[in-house]
Amino acid sequence: MTRFILRRLVQAALVLAIMSFIIYALIGLMPGDPIDLMIASDPHLSAADAVRLKALYGLDRPLFERYLAWAQAALAGDFGYSRLYAKAALTVLAPRLGNTAILMGASFALTLAIALPLGIAAARRPGSAFDAMVNLLGFAGISVPSFWLALMLILVFAVALGLLPAGGIATIGDGGILDRLTHLALPVATLTLASVGGHMRYMRGAMIETLQQDYIRTARAKGAGELGVLLHHALRNALIPVITVVALSFGSLFSGALVTETMFAYPGMGKLIYDSVLGNDFNLALAGLLLATLTTLLANLAADIAYAAADPRITYG
Amino acid sequence: MLALSMRRVAAYLLGFLVLTAAAPATAGSASPGRPGDTLAIGISQFPATLNPLVDAMLAKSYVLAMVRRPLTTYDPEWHLVCMLCVELPSFENGLAEPLDLGGGKKGVRLTYTLQPDARWGDGVPVTTEDVLFSYEVGKNPKTGVADAELYRRILRIEAKDAKTFTLDVDRLTFDYAGLNDFEILPAHIERAAFADPAQYRIASRYDTDPTNPGLYDGPYRITESAPGSHIVFERNPFWWGKAPYFRRIVVWTVENTAALEANLLAHGIDMVAGELGFPLDEALAFEQRHGQEFRVIYKPGLTYEHIDLNLDDPILADLRVRQALLLAIDRKAISEELFAGRDPVAESFVPPLDWIYTDKVPHYPYDPAQARTLLEAAGWHLAGGAIRRNDAGARLSLALATTTGDRTRELVEEVLQSEWRQIGVDVRLHNQPARVLFGDALTKRNFAMAMFAWISAPENVPRSTLRSDEIPSAANSRTGQNYAGFRNAGADRLIDAIEVELDRGRRAALWHALQRLYAEELPALPLYFRASAFVLPPWLEGVTPTGHQYPSTLWVERWRAAPPS
Repeated sequence: MTRFILRRLVQAALVLAIMSFIIYALIGLMPGDPIDLMIASDPHLSAADAVRLKALYGLDRPLFERYLAWAQAALAGDFGYSRLYAKAALTVLAPRLGNTAILMGASFALTLAIALPLGIAAARRPGSAFDAMVNLLGFAGISVPSFWLALMLILVFAVALGLLPAGGIATIGDGGILDRLTHLALPVATLTLASVGGHMRYMRGAMIETLQQDYIRTARAKGAGELGVLLHHALRNALIPVITVVALSFGSLFSGALVTETMFAYPGMGKLIYDSVLGNDFNLALAGLLLATLTTLLANLAADIAYAAADPRITYG
Repeated sequence: MLALSMRRVAAYLLGFLVLTAAAPATAGSASPGRPGDTLAIGISQFPATLNPLVDAMLAKSYVLAMVRRPLTTYDPEWHLVCMLCVELPSFENGLAEPLDLGGGKKGVRLTYTLQPDARWGDGVPVTTEDVLFSYEVGKNPKTGVADAELYRRILRIEAKDAKTFTLDVDRLTFDYAGLNDFEILPAHIERAAFADPAQYRIASRYDTDPTNPGLYDGPYRITESAPGSHIVFERNPFWWGKAPYFRRIVVWTVENTAALEANLLAHGIDMVAGELGFPLDEALAFEQRHGQEFRVIYKPGLTYEHIDLNLDDPILADLRVRQALLLAIDRKAISEELFAGRDPVAESFVPPLDWIYTDKVPHYPYDPAQARTLLEAAGWHLAGGAIRRNDAGARLSLALATTTGDRTRELVEEVLQSEWRQIGVDVRLHNQPARVLFGDALTKRNFAMAMFAWISAPENVPRSTLRSDEIPSAANSRTGQNYAGFRNAGADRLIDAIEVELDRGRRAALWHALQRLYAEELPALPLYFRASAFVLPPWLEGVTPTGHQYPSTLWVERWRAAPPS
């Protein structure tokens, strides 16, 4: 297992290196560099200013040369300065990452806490009234656009009832636990409602298939209780496809939820990466996107390890 | 065993929520929806950097105007006034003197005195040492100052004493007394950041230590900045002017206008800034729904919405086609239907509120019949189909671009497309993200028609947009904003003459001639002057929209809650 993990970590480093170049090149090939945008918004900029500013920001050098300089510095732990925020890219990223981890972590945990039991319960009696209701709610969650859902939640809980704040992270001058939780409530609810349906459907599908296997019938014939059959025999096998889906979701966990962050004025990673790409902030965009890539790679590795934990028949050499 | 595991999972979940909630607060939310000592403002963009010298950005101007004072500015009545200085220099008061630069060149020497009580937020007086330091930073090519033109034009600055300085400028222009964009920096704080000029743009305390009170000389100072979320302002104890009413102001960034409205209704914010808030159509709809609870002020101004035409396009090079296109647009109906008549129709680039405006220019009222006649005369005929063709069989087809996602412009585009089709012109919509349109298509002149807006100061000379040497090209590193490629010797002469004409009467005549020429030649199709909508609570007094590029927050100390009636 150790060799397997080490091999996967080396592969992850290689993938990261390749991705860093691809991302750098894609951002660099987008039309309009930051100085072009400055020129467009400032009538006083002269040709000399344009040449001076391009040299200052290193934009007068070929793309590959710029990438090599960036990669060399990044290997030494220096991810450069954000052009938009005039700060070290990692300094800009860190608080946003924390915010996103809180928001997405809470909604992810809540999603799994709701979706998995519902999926299991629905799979027990496929086609029953309960299954139909759960499916209906699941499809509703999948189908409803998250910006609309966010707006409705704001209108009901913040505007009409006045129970929860409409946006932000905490009240100025407060920042206590309860205050933070009330500010998290609506964005977490939006993300959870939007994603619970998908995960519930995966769980339900995997569980239905597993419950039809011979070894389940055997377990029942041996006199195992229904709850034991469900959770001990079926769940461990049914979890494998669900683990794959959960692992894949981790990428979006740290790249953030752009729509939800925008609607709730929540300063997270999604909005930061979006702004940095549009604002041609190479260093910041790269750092953000690489972090999302790294998270996905590590989550996949964790999923592989989890497969072995869920199913002892799976081993890695 | 299993039940125990489930309990453990639940405990982990609860623990996670408590721990995450216990993390230090980095942002805050709003103030209540009634008059108090805190005012919460909603804007739609967060200022990326707070350094006054680096990058021009409306959001930055808006927030910095609460904490910094420019030397001079245009007031809400569009008059040039002193803010940090005591008196505007003029030849009459002797504070301006002509300067002979040799070789027939004329410059001007200006004398300014700083407000005697002006202090930075840490109590250190604002002095000429700050002025000299700011000049040093501004003119250094390594500092990353975007607009170096102002610093190039200043030949030298000399301190007379701690508060008075003279400044030599290389040209005597009519607006010589204005130093609106000369940003005075606190030398006692920023000098350390300037030790290596090439590192200044990332070492500036405005970005590394934005809550340092010594950076600010305005009525407020920044006490908290949460990038992407909000900025908190509190009274500057060393402010030398009228004491501001609100103890604290919080500027919230809510980029989605629907969420901005919801925040307003939930009293998360008290007001929405007109400079960076609701588009006009959304403000009108909001007023219809909530006009009883909020006061909406509409201020038409210097935001000139127009369609730039690429005059190197063979179709658009023909003046008759340009005239036909304009005659076929019912601009009055667009303004009335979409903007409730709040956006006045433009006949040239000068708005009716500017003193240089004239109505005596060619007008183009909606007249599709006349438009068709002009197209026929230009050789574009209807031959059975709905779209005109010329004798060579080419279709009269043009691409119209604007910024993707701008709902109002996309709505106007649909109207234009329909109206132009009625006269036999096929228009394809070619919208692009702002960074592509402004950073690439316009600067490379890779467009036929582009709809966008300019915002400027009063009596702004359109050198960069109309003079023939301001056409972006590879040779001039794509600077200049004459995207149309307008080459007109008469316009060049008028622009040059306006800049150096000190006599108001003679200058007005030159301005009128330039407006006439613009309306005759139509390098762009004038649409309307956009109005900004300020959504305010009924109890808030003193907010005066300016209509130009200098924001209402420059007079934030006049804002106050009305006493209960």
